[in-house]
Amino acid sequence: MASQDKTGGGFMKWLDARFPASRLWRDHLASYYVPKNLNVWYVFGSLALLVLVNQLLTGIWLTMSYSPTAEGAFASIEYIMRDVEWGWLIRHMHTTGASALFIVVYLHMFRGLLYGSYKAPRELVWVFGMALYLVLMAEAFMGYLLPWGQMSYWGAQVITSLFSAIPGIGEGLAEWVRGDYLVSSVTLNRFFALHVVALPLVILGLVVLHIVALHEVGSNNPDGIDIRMHTDDAGKPLDGIPFHPYYTVKDLVGVAIFLFVFCGVIFYFPEGGGYFIEQPNFEPANPLQTSDHIAPVWYFTPFYAILRAINFSIFGLDARFLGVIFMGGAIAVLFVVPWLDRSPVRSMRYKGWLSKLMLGLFVASFVALGVLGVLPSTPVRTHLAQLFTATYFAYFLLMPIYTRLEKTKPVPERVTG
Amino acid sequence: MADHGVNKGRRRFLVGATSVMGAVGVIGVAVPFVASWKPSARARAAGAPVQADISKLRPGQRMTVEWRGRPVWIIRRTPEMIARTQALPADYLADPDSRQPQQPAYVQGELRSLKPEIGVLVGLCTHFGCSPLYRPEPDAQAGDDHWPGGFFCPCHSSRFDLAGRVYASMPAPINLEVPPYHYLSDNIIVVGEDKEAG
Amino acid sequence: MKHLWIVVCFLLMPIMAVGGQGGRELRSGAPDLQDQASLQNGLKLYVNYCLGCHTLSYQRFSRTANDLNIPQALMEDAVMFSSAAAFDDPMHNALRAEEAAQWWGVAPPDLSLTVRLRGADWVNAFLLGFYQDSDRPNGVNNTLFDSVAMPNVLEPLQGVQVLDCSKTEQQECDRLKVITPGLMAPDEFESAVYDITNFLAYVSEPYRLKAQAVAPKVMIFLFIFGVIAYFLKREYWKDVY
Repeated sequence: MASQDKTGGGFMKWLDARFPASRLWRDHLASYYVPKNLNVWYVFGSLALLVLVNQLLTGIWLTMSYSPTAEGAFASIEYIMRDVEWGWLIRHMHTTGASALFIVVYLHMFRGLLYGSYKAPRELVWVFGMALYLVLMAEAFMGYLLPWGQMSYWGAQVITSLFSAIPGIGEGLAEWVRGDYLVSSVTLNRFFALHVVALPLVILGLVVLHIVALHEVGSNNPDGIDIRMHTDDAGKPLDGIPFHPYYTVKDLVGVAIFLFVFCGVIFYFPEGGGYFIEQPNFEPANPLQTSDHIAPVWYFTPFYAILRAINFSIFGLDARFLGVIFMGGAIAVLFVVPWLDRSPVRSMRYKGWLSKLMLGLFVASFVALGVLGVLPSTPVRTHLAQLFTATYFAYFLLMPIYTRLEKTKPVPERVTG
Repeated sequence: MADHGVNKGRRRFLVGATSVMGAVGVIGVAVPFVASWKPSARARAAGAPVQADISKLRPGQRMTVEWRGRPVWIIRRTPEMIARTQALPADYLADPDSRQPQQPAYVQGELRSLKPEIGVLVGLCTHFGCSPLYRPEPDAQAGDDHWPGGFFCPCHSSRFDLAGRVYASMPAPINLEVPPYHYLSDNIIVVGEDKEAG
Repeated sequence: MKHLWIVVCFLLMPIMAVGGQGGRELRSGAPDLQDQASLQNGLKLYVNYCLGCHTLSYQRFSRTANDLNIPQALMEDAVMFSSAAAFDDPMHNALRAEEAAQWWGVAPPDLSLTVRLRGADWVNAFLLGFYQDSDRPNGVNNTLFDSVAMPNVLEPLQGVQVLDCSKTEQQECDRLKVITPGLMAPDEFESAVYDITNFLAYVSEPYRLKAQAVAPKVMIFLFIFGVIAYFLKREYWKDVY
């Protein structure tokens, strides 16, 4: 044993002289102090990283057997599903992973809103995270075209048509994005390149920025208290514990539960009831005929519902362009949340009832818009969607007012467990 | 945070158990990823045994069929070609008795075939995989007194006799490969599978 | 532990939201891939009545034979009518799509994925839903697929079926009645149609057989892993609280 320790130490010494291995381990795991009162909401960051790794690995493997041409794409998916050994598993890990990533990211974002994780000094953590979310949506959208089924095709057709709503340059811009008069093999090729090379690189870069920024300022906690205010003689936060081993073992439990559910879906319900893999996508893309019911994949439906809800024009802007503006605005407004919240406290625990009500309304609106986006539109549903669009935006745009107006509760000095 | 009251044995056991389970899990995940690199059903379908009809193959001629993307030669040897091949001195050849496992067990002998007159060979040089040329006549290769007719590789000048045996001191180290094959009838050869498997 | 269940519920939400879809009541065609006799009978019927027009171009003869435990020789004699087809080939037919399109107005679609596209219940009900309709060029219509181009190829088995409705309820009615018996009794025929549906369900997702075999092992492994990880977490967190 002793001699082994010695050689190990010798190697680490050699390595540390050339590469900060021990320092990275200390700074980001063993001596990275995290509040001890993090609850279950804090597991979704680690899970997002896990699913991202899953997407990268399975994606690389799918690329090995996929053929990015209009003639061969659909058949190559079936080739993967049937002829490639275990191809079905790798593909379903990827398709289920896409939905799982959005589930954990949405829960992760909700946690941020709940405990004020975006407030100073964590504005950049939030902004990098939002940038990640935005690129992730582009990544998911482009990946969705690749199976070249009816849903892929018409989904891409609709989304690329959004650009044509921009007055003046719109038509030309949409054609430029597609590289053709409508979605075609050319579009498929460029989306493939972006999906498998360009956007994953951007995502990885943003993940690094997100984590570096987080580790610079430290994790927030359900009380929204800065644990660095109270330290012992050695400078260690009294309410902090090292990330490793305490949160690594805690996240491991979360990982096990997550994987249990994740594998359950992969093996027993890979289509996720038609939400993870949609039925019309089992028919090859047909540019001459749209399927009966085309709805975007579930994680986009809230924004799609906003787009559809705008059926009126104001200031001489037509409804189509206005819809695109509202939809873009619904995402853009998330970026500025750190500067909209004027509350003296971070966590919802110590905010007033107005904040709680508004957050509840926001979540309800988001879910309701998501449901409405899946359903075919009727006049009643359109009015509902307009109502929920209004409450969605009210949450953000009224935030500077109600967060200042309301009476907050006193924040304790130390974390409350 | 103090160490008092920590059950170190229990802790070590749980860390070990989790690590072992984690390692098993990682290996389990790796299995599908590694196995997916095996030839797919499509590749295996394309590499399935092929049938060759040799009824129109005249004495001295060669035909080529494709098996697993590789050329497989079938030659009908004349009695003179057989005699010349059998008369070849053993020290001219690198492996005259076909000791290297370059053929199925059922095609032993200097002619390396099921029937003396029909030779079946994978037409790729054992040096770097060029496809040798067919030079069946003794005078076809100038400057070689002992050329009994055979195959000549244009890439690095390796030479093989009409049974696919490589000459001594050639770039190619071993004899040409004989694929598994069997006769379905007198004129139908199945290349790519042994008789038992059919 | 209570918190963990909340997480599980959140993760399950999209799956639980599945119910409540679908309009018309369909006779269930819920597939049973473990029922090999049904799958084999489905294959036999499919080859005799369907494959002539509807290819299964993503499914290989060899895969079908292996999965349904049919010996290669039997498969080659009884199933592969075309001598040009090899054992490893996809299940094609000799019909040319352009000619077929001329005969029926549309080319018969490939059915490799039809159960995934429309669902097993739909396929089952479609095959049972043909009825005599003199207004149609081929003399039949379908309760699920109005103005269907396909003739009722199973009529010799099923017999002649008509809509069983009074004049007043014509709009919504889709009750059916056999007026001239075929070779099979009605329940016998329904069972035969179910076998075809079951076979098509297998063909649309042949990997399911393997998934069903692997899944329990993975789930049990993850459960044990989760339990050990939980005890590990509890052990370390004794330091904190």
